[in-house]
Amino acid sequence: MRAPVLILGATSDMGRAIAQRFAAEGYPIQLAARQVSRLEPDKADLEIRYGVPVSVHEFDVLAVETHASFIQQLPEQPAIVICVVGCMPDQKACEQELSLALEGMRTNYEGPAVILSLFANVFEQRGFGTLVGISSVAGERGRASNYFYGSAKAGFTAFLSGLRHRLAKSGVQVLTVLPGYVKTRMTEGMKLPSRLTAEPKEVANAIFTAIEKKKNVIYVRPIWRWIMVLIRWIPEPLFKRLSL
Amino acid sequence: MSSPMTPRGSLKTLCGWGRYPVQTCHVYCPRSESEIIQLLKSGLLLIARGNGRAYGDSALNREATLQMHHFNRLLGFNPRTGQLIAEAGVLLAEILEIFVPRGWFPLITPGTKFVTVGGMIAADVHGKNHHKEGSFVHSLDWLDLLTSEGQIYRCSPSENQDLFYWTVGGMGLTGVILRAAFRLRPIKTAWIRQTTRIAKHLDEVIDLFEAAQDVTYSVAWIDCLATGSRLGRSVLMLGEHATREELPAKYRQRPLWTPRRRKISIPVDFPNGALNALTVRAFNQLYFLNSQRKAGQSFVDWDTFFYPLDSLLGWNRIYGRRGFVQFQCVLPLSTAREGLLALLHCTSAAGAGSFLAVLKKLGDQQGYFSFPMAGYTLALDFPMSQRTLKVLDQLEEITLQYGGRFYLAKDSHLSPMRLRQSDARVETFVKVRNAQQWTVNFASEQSKRLCL
Ligand SMILES: Cc1cc2nc3c(=O)[nH]c(=O)nc-3n(C[C@H](O)[C@H](O)[C@H](O)COP(=O)(O)OP(=O)(O)OC[C@H]3O[C@@H](n4cnc5c(N)ncnc54)[C@H](O)[C@@H]3O)c2cc1C
Ligand SMILES: NC(=O)c1ccc[n+]([C@@H]2O[C@H](COP(=O)([O-])OP(=O)(O)OC[C@H]3O[C@@H](n4cnc5c(N)ncnc54)[C@H](OP(=O)(O)O)[C@@H]3O)[C@@H](O)[C@H]2O)c1
Repeated sequence: MRAPVLILGATSDMGRAIAQRFAAEGYPIQLAARQVSRLEPDKADLEIRYGVPVSVHEFDVLAVETHASFIQQLPEQPAIVICVVGCMPDQKACEQELSLALEGMRTNYEGPAVILSLFANVFEQRGFGTLVGISSVAGERGRASNYFYGSAKAGFTAFLSGLRHRLAKSGVQVLTVLPGYVKTRMTEGMKLPSRLTAEPKEVANAIFTAIEKKKNVIYVRPIWRWIMVLIRWIPEPLFKRLSL
Repeated sequence: MSSPMTPRGSLKTLCGWGRYPVQTCHVYCPRSESEIIQLLKSGLLLIARGNGRAYGDSALNREATLQMHHFNRLLGFNPRTGQLIAEAGVLLAEILEIFVPRGWFPLITPGTKFVTVGGMIAADVHGKNHHKEGSFVHSLDWLDLLTSEGQIYRCSPSENQDLFYWTVGGMGLTGVILRAAFRLRPIKTAWIRQTTRIAKHLDEVIDLFEAAQDVTYSVAWIDCLATGSRLGRSVLMLGEHATREELPAKYRQRPLWTPRRRKISIPVDFPNGALNALTVRAFNQLYFLNSQRKAGQSFVDWDTFFYPLDSLLGWNRIYGRRGFVQFQCVLPLSTAREGLLALLHCTSAAGAGSFLAVLKKLGDQQGYFSFPMAGYTLALDFPMSQRTLKVLDQLEEITLQYGGRFYLAKDSHLSPMRLRQSDARVETFVKVRNAQQWTVNFASEQSKRLCL
């Protein structure tokens, strides 16, 4: 039997779609989330549909002191770890209430970086494995409308790129996923242009293919690569005057 | 950040399968029970929506329409009993894809697989085996209903019995179905042994139905444009699940496998009126010629037999942008022959060629408010137009005259008066709805139109 795929943040739409995709390929699945009871229906669903073993695990990305023991108590070390965890706190609220901003920064950067660092050590020693981090195009340039979120994602993206650099010779793959807009709970009720907005399923497919093809960085819809080139290229004096 | 407890809604333009009427609705896509409870507590009048395959306005509510597609998990399967437990938003198509290859088939299925578990319960759908095996409730062991004040009840024929029998066929007006347990039947092959018969007129097709009481599946397609002595000319299709031994040798090796059907999408709206008497006539002629050629026995894969239109994705667009309406009634056995003649006569006299005309024998009623009753049900499609509205009026009058009643999952036109004239159960349903406070929380555009 293959080694399992661990999904951190498995209650999210993206996490669910990713679990479905890998289970359909016959991978055993480990689902992790802060409220473990919410994972039971997903466990049943994956087992019935795909006949793969599924286990559920409690995981709080903010409780970094528990991360080492979280890894130790896993019944089996995963072949692939996919960190989907993140949150998008309201920018205006963050500006006024810095504790909210801090929680967002920790959820999007500190926590994911800590857990993936610990897995990196295990994988490096073992000599194989894949680490996937879901970051965001919002980290490519800070904008007035969500720079707390964006800066944390920028940190996470830089972290993943450094980790990839370090592990390049060890046979461990590190994949950075920079989805553009995705139709999920996070973006519910927002008006998003449909050509730029992916379904969670597309993200899952893109991740699966990227792992097979040993990719480093993916934008789920290719058009986002060009949009971000453009956005990064706008000179600061002009950028300041745009509302983005 | 808004707490995950209160789902954000968004404005969307929604309609049913007939694309008439179209309504701008506040749409919510809850992911958990607590989110639905939160919405109820905020005092919204809401309706659950499955996959929008009801034709009219059953699954629309301007104030709050609850799309249930995130409730899409399979929760349990017992291979000893065939009992499947599923969340309400699971599509029948997914169930078939998973379970046919494992040798299981739904006990009851409507004529499209693009419906949800919740939608099948709420409309208490019937299939081609209704005369023998009843409507969806017959396969239903229990359901969990989230109803007024956010209470959740497990309902079954032995527990919260009244709530159970009002909810099946209750068109979402008793609450939100969260999950349900229902039975699949074991099958040995994925094939149906089909017998096709041509009937020259209505009397003949009814005789054939009556003679085929013991056959599991039966349905007839009527050529709506045949007139005079050929009124009711039809093709009757009878079917049984094929056993392995019966199958042609080439399928016997992998009896649960069937070749994939080619899917065709209708990508654009046909111009209004593209489907006129002429095209319908041509279609029917072709259909009959083809059937005549195939009359007799054949082996048909499950998808083609049960869901003939599903391979034509988006076929509702051939009716053009104005949409279409479906009319479906059931007439009691005692008046069926005469009443059906009158209905067909009216349709063909209006020259309002119905693209699809389906006739089916039904067995007894089961749910308190379910559509089926012993008799014959006729379903007709019409492109939406002023003339169609007149034809519908006439068809409804004829149905009343012959003691028939109407299928709410197809309706977008009835008046509160006519509904009450056709169905004595309506008053009781409304009383119970008031007494149970369901009227405070649950309403659809249809229930508003019909004062339910
Ligand atoms: C091509 C075609 C063929 C058909 N053939 C048949 C047939 O042979 N026999 C038959 O009986 N019907 C038939 N139908 C009708 C169809 O089966 C019903 O309308 C069914 O209810 C549609 O399911 P849905 O999931 O799309 O529900 P929707 O259309 O979204 O909703 C239908 C009703 O169910 C309610 N509902 C949906 N989900 C829930 C929930 N979770 N909780 C509470 N209420 C809910 C809605 O409020 C609404 O009143 C056919 C329809 C089409 C388009
Ligand atoms: N949607 C988009 O357009 C978009 C675009 C680019 C990037 N992304 C990124 O994609 C990822 C998935 O997001 P999504 O859109 O699917 O939104 P989401 O539903 O809000 O997903 C966030 C996930 O993170 C989990 N999480 C939050 N805080 C946690 C904590 N302290 N400990 C453990 N888990 C925690 C959530 O768990 P709970 O269920 O317990 O809250 C949830 O599973 C995120 O990293 C997001 O930043 C999204």
